[in-house]
Amino acid sequence: MSITIAMSLDLKGLSCPLPIVKTAKAMKGLAPGQLLEVFATDPGSVPDFKAWSMATGNPLVESGQDGGVFHFVLKKKEF
Amino acid sequence: MSVSTIEKPQEVGPVPETADRMTIFAWSGELDKIWPTLILATTGAAMGKETTVFFTFWGLFPLVKNEVRITGENWMQKMLSMMNRGGDEHLKLSKMNFAGAGPAMMEHLAKEHHVASPHELMDMAKEMGVHLIPCQMTMDLLGLKREDLIDGLEEPAGATKALADAQGGMTLFI
Repeated sequence: MSITIAMSLDLKGLSCPLPIVKTAKAMKGLAPGQLLEVFATDPGSVPDFKAWSMATGNPLVESGQDGGVFHFVLKKKEF
Repeated sequence: MSVSTIEKPQEVGPVPETADRMTIFAWSGELDKIWPTLILATTGAAMGKETTVFFTFWGLFPLVKNEVRITGENWMQKMLSMMNRGGDEHLKLSKMNFAGAGPAMMEHLAKEHHVASPHELMDMAKEMGVHLIPCQMTMDLLGLKREDLIDGLEEPAGATKALADAQGGMTLFI
């Protein structure tokens, strides 16, 4: 089964709070259940994305790192 | 006596009870204070919180339009604006200001690290629906008129409105 990513955001190079601000904005445009993929290089984004997911209830379904690039997959919460 | 086995890490439980609103009292007007104020305000909005920034006292000066130089009616208010230039592009550092060299270096570093400037964050805050409310009493006291301040602010208000908005939420005084 393949995972379909509805939208991908390249936020490499951006610093706090821009990765979260831009992610929140992009998430607004998604339908419940759709997946958003994010690439970032700010090391602070690792705890920030986890905290944002907990605080907003949008599950962080995947997070990883490839070299200096952090990768997150968030699922828009179902109401 | 039984020996308990090592427990598995807990599954993520229910979302912890969090405040759905945040109010920041922006009292300070320096670059190194208004910057985190705007970072926290935009982040609060990104976290889905109903976010308000209540600008009072020195915190009002970053709201002055960058092209407005002298504000106030009487000589004391005019002198105040001369000594303490308003606008989010003329902010001073609370330490290591070095007659403006400090903020210039900070701006350079921010560009290098792709950190959004206070001016950009202010625009973002407006776009994200952060309520930006100037304090009426300190506007009168310091001689700042509505037309001296940037667009996109809400109607000036008083302490009661600020505290009513803050009720039950997260509050910060910066």
